Amino acid sequence: MVEFAMHNAWLVPLLPALSFLIIIFLTKPWKKLSALVCVAGMVLSCVIATLAAYGVFTNHEFTEKPLVYSVRWFSMAGLNIDVGVQLDPTSAMMMFMVTLVASLIFIYATGYMEGDPGYSVFFSYLSLFGASMLLLVVSSNLLQMFVAWELVGLCSYLLIGFYSHKISAREAAKKAFITCRVADFGLLLGLLSLQIVFGTLNLTELAEKISHFEQYTTMGILTLIALLVFAGPIGKSGQFPLHVWLPDAMEGPTPVSALIHAATMVVAGVYLVGRTLFLFHEVPTAMELVAVTGGFTALFAASIAITQREIKRILAYSTVSQIGYMMLALGLGSLTASMFHLWTHAFFKALMFLCAGSVLHALHHKADVWEMGGLIKKMPITGWTFVVGGLAIAGVPPFAGFWSKDEILLAAFDTGHYVLFGMAALTAFMTAFYMWRLIFLALFGDEKPENHPHESPLNMTLPLIALAVLSAVGGLVGTPWAPFWQEWIFFGHPHHADPNYLIMIGSVVLALAGIYLAYNLYCADKTRAKAHALAERYRFFWTVSYNKYYIDEIYLWFNHTFIDGAARLFYLFDIYVVDGVFVNGIAAITRLSGEGLRVTQTGRLQNYALVFFLGVLAVAVVLAFTDPSTAAGLTGGVK
Amino acid sequence: MNGFPVLTTILLAPVAAALIMTFIPRNESKLIKCIAAVGTFVSMALSLYVYFSYDTALGGLQFAEKIPWIRDLGVNWFLAVDGISLPMLLLTNLIGFSAVFASWNVDNRPREFFILLCLLITGVMGTFVAHDLFIFLLFYEVVVIPIYILVIIWGSSKRVTKEYAGMKLTIYLLIGSAFLLVGVIAFFVKAAGVLGQPNMSFTALAEAGKQLSAFDQTWLFALMLFGFGSLVSMWPFHSWSPDGYAGAPTAVSMIHAGVLKKIGGYGLVKIALYMLPVGAKFWAPYMAVLGVAGVTYAAFAALAQKDLKYIVGYSSVSHMGYVMLAIGSFSVIGINGAVANMFAHGVMAALFFSTVGFIYEKTHTRWIPDLGGLARQVPRLAVAFMLAALASLGLPGLISFIPEFTIFVASFKVYGGLAVIGIAGIILTALYALRAGANTLFGPPREEYDHLEDIRGPEMVPLVVLGTVLVVGGILPSLLFDMVNSGAATLMTHVESAVKLGGVFK
Repeated sequence: MVEFAMHNAWLVPLLPALSFLIIIFLTKPWKKLSALVCVAGMVLSCVIATLAAYGVFTNHEFTEKPLVYSVRWFSMAGLNIDVGVQLDPTSAMMMFMVTLVASLIFIYATGYMEGDPGYSVFFSYLSLFGASMLLLVVSSNLLQMFVAWELVGLCSYLLIGFYSHKISAREAAKKAFITCRVADFGLLLGLLSLQIVFGTLNLTELAEKISHFEQYTTMGILTLIALLVFAGPIGKSGQFPLHVWLPDAMEGPTPVSALIHAATMVVAGVYLVGRTLFLFHEVPTAMELVAVTGGFTALFAASIAITQREIKRILAYSTVSQIGYMMLALGLGSLTASMFHLWTHAFFKALMFLCAGSVLHALHHKADVWEMGGLIKKMPITGWTFVVGGLAIAGVPPFAGFWSKDEILLAAFDTGHYVLFGMAALTAFMTAFYMWRLIFLALFGDEKPENHPHESPLNMTLPLIALAVLSAVGGLVGTPWAPFWQEWIFFGHPHHADPNYLIMIGSVVLALAGIYLAYNLYCADKTRAKAHALAERYRFFWTVSYNKYYIDEIYLWFNHTFIDGAARLFYLFDIYVVDGVFVNGIAAITRLSGEGLRVTQTGRLQNYALVFFLGVLAVAVVLAFTDPSTAAGLTGGVK
Repeated sequence: MNGFPVLTTILLAPVAAALIMTFIPRNESKLIKCIAAVGTFVSMALSLYVYFSYDTALGGLQFAEKIPWIRDLGVNWFLAVDGISLPMLLLTNLIGFSAVFASWNVDNRPREFFILLCLLITGVMGTFVAHDLFIFLLFYEVVVIPIYILVIIWGSSKRVTKEYAGMKLTIYLLIGSAFLLVGVIAFFVKAAGVLGQPNMSFTALAEAGKQLSAFDQTWLFALMLFGFGSLVSMWPFHSWSPDGYAGAPTAVSMIHAGVLKKIGGYGLVKIALYMLPVGAKFWAPYMAVLGVAGVTYAAFAALAQKDLKYIVGYSSVSHMGYVMLAIGSFSVIGINGAVANMFAHGVMAALFFSTVGFIYEKTHTRWIPDLGGLARQVPRLAVAFMLAALASLGLPGLISFIPEFTIFVASFKVYGGLAVIGIAGIILTALYALRAGANTLFGPPREEYDHLEDIRGPEMVPLVVLGTVLVVGGILPSLLFDMVNSGAATLMTHVESAVKLGGVFK
């Protein structure tokens, strides 16, 4: 079984793809059946992925040499592209995580989407997303990865805009796609350069060739390539300055936010950088940039999250911030820490989104956390699982987030990046604060009489419980005392950092301080006067943070002024210059010359006779003054 | 089917349909449409047969038919296909067949409409299967007449009247073809001098052409570049295209944007580049610059449009810019990309125009501010629209991505920064394609369109045929590239050796 799964891992993306086709062409009229097809496809995939992952994680061969199966996709003289499946610990872990989380979220969605007119279509999109995401994960070739990368973008577009009759959803979908497009422009240029310089896009071949890149190119070019490639992840993973689409993406149904915009798709950027770390590793400048982008984004997004009011927006900024952590770890060269955080984050962030969905479901889509309160009494499962998620993300041991965040802090400290370390530590404190602000506001405190919450049905709460368990224990695979994770997922050589108790205790203190501050402001004080006073006192900072530093407005202004301005300019040029001056000008010349020549058509026989006579005269003169042979030529050879 | 004149049959099937239609009473419009459908279907089925039985490993000219015609000029009824012409032939038939169904609701003089349509399709096919320059030009001129009549009678007037659109389209292309004709005649005379006897076959002309002096090749190529370039809507000779498409009836827009303008790109590759390699080498950078200018310029112009047909019209100008850039890269990969992109764009533009045509037919408007929320009311039409829009923005998994990628590889290698400007077009394309989609299909549904009927029955044919090609071609690009490469590799081997030669008569 394990052998079969490992050698047929292509089934993992294929099964959801089949679900998609079946739903679209066959089962669409039957809602329940469509959902069943969707869930069944993903669960089967999950079984195969689990078996394959088991196979990979029991044989150390694959940390050295990945298992690759590939076929030629298309070829022409001088350009050959393969598609295939590459199994190694990193991709096996991703495959397992994606199928597992996706299965749980699909099950949850069967309850959450109940009664929606687009029920079947929704599940078909989910299946298509699953297929694309898994294709991305198993890719053995960067072009294949790019294809999947764009396809997950498409699914994201379709699902953000799922409630397409809402203008906000429509605009958010478009914004997401186009923002990512801008980033993908860079990524595409990077891939083109790689293809041109190294003549291949296969991951294993590239890794081999880039390890002695001097034979092919210079450091400058390689740096440029790395920066171009990094543009893609900046867009897809919502890093500063292209993070703007992610919070808006919350217009989509909540299972989508959980699956695509928290657990899987948005971390594709991290995964891509992880997969091409052999490239970044050679280029110190690019590594620094990755680290700084990550560290800055983490702090920046956290500073926005602390003032937001909508439950899903808070979570969205938190996602941006947490992905910043993962990027930071990559920039520090630690694939281990980055992937570890990706792994734990997937569980607790998916969990928190699903809890938020459960809350929204119960409150009929009232999203403002200030209008909630005391929900934990009426919705105990949702509430307590949310608390588990909150503890995990805040980094309270032994919950999952603690271990992975510790690994990142340690990486920053050990590599001597003290500024980044400080930023990461500050972010950890802020994370604990804003997340528990949300929890205290929504779940604890007084119940609001206008709300009539009720616990969600079983198909929604079971995934919550499963994810809560994973969020609680998911980090135990990589504790400093049992570093299973660190032995399998690494770049270069496995890295065992000695446990640094100072950092460990420090991060726990920060987390607890954040939670305590939130408790003080939003729970202990029922009137929340202190919180309001604080906001009032730092009015300027509060406004800037609440308005997301006005970055959206700046982009909008730029787009309207420059892009649309240029568009109008070119169009007017087309109408008035290309068409008006040249095309119609030539037409006018033709017409005018016709009118001019018409003057000669007098209709008088005398005039015509005169012209005729002059013509004959001209011919005679020419004949008289040229030598006979030429003249013969002129008269057409008539002798 | 050895010895069976399959290419001639493909050409004659729509002609036969047209002939039969002349005998049908004018009010039997259902029957007329069915006959047109059968005629184009026969052609499509046969060209699919030819496509899949062509031996790509062997390459070269296959399914050749040669009957002497005008011996004094060396003209033969010489039909043959290779890896470059075959995709174009198939494309013509896929679109021709779909176009018949996209016109299913034509009820103004249907008989005349479908007769002209069938003749038009034959004319376009003829240019792609001809392996004789005379026959090529003959078919090329056959095309012009039906187009003109179709536009001025069955067209629609918006920003410009249909009469203006038809006239502009026809005259513009006639001017282009006049230059082309001058170039071809001059070339023919010179080639006859080299060969010692007049010969119109592509192969012979190519052998002769490469021996012409670099100077001759250069100015001859310039004439052809203008002729073919204006047909492929090369910037700045593109302005017939958006107006023409906007004025034309749906089927004509489909065929014109889908395949007819590809005759320009095809001619540039298969005639101008093939026969005058040194001239092509000289003009290559100019083509690349004009290509990039076209990509960017037309994409911006498309962004400013509010009429759906103008968006698609400018979009096709923009996409043809990529073809010019690819030819300008002067490499095997580039030619592969150019031909494949013409095929991909043809399918997508035809689907786009048919969709816009249906939207117009049902809502009586193409003005985007008057549209919105159609996805709820006409979901299948919305699927067709989105497929076309996504293919237009080069979404991987649909047919246009790999050709574009190929073009980018070829041109980035040669032109660097210039190519980057062209590649940036993918952002603009996404902007206008998604904007059009969002403002037409999504947002709050409008009451006045609640009664609209979704496409069904025969109206579904364009979506099914072209949509299938879009998706299958995207997932299995080798279906297209194995074919194209077999032609492009042969052609470029000839061209490169000829460039090394650098012309014989200095």
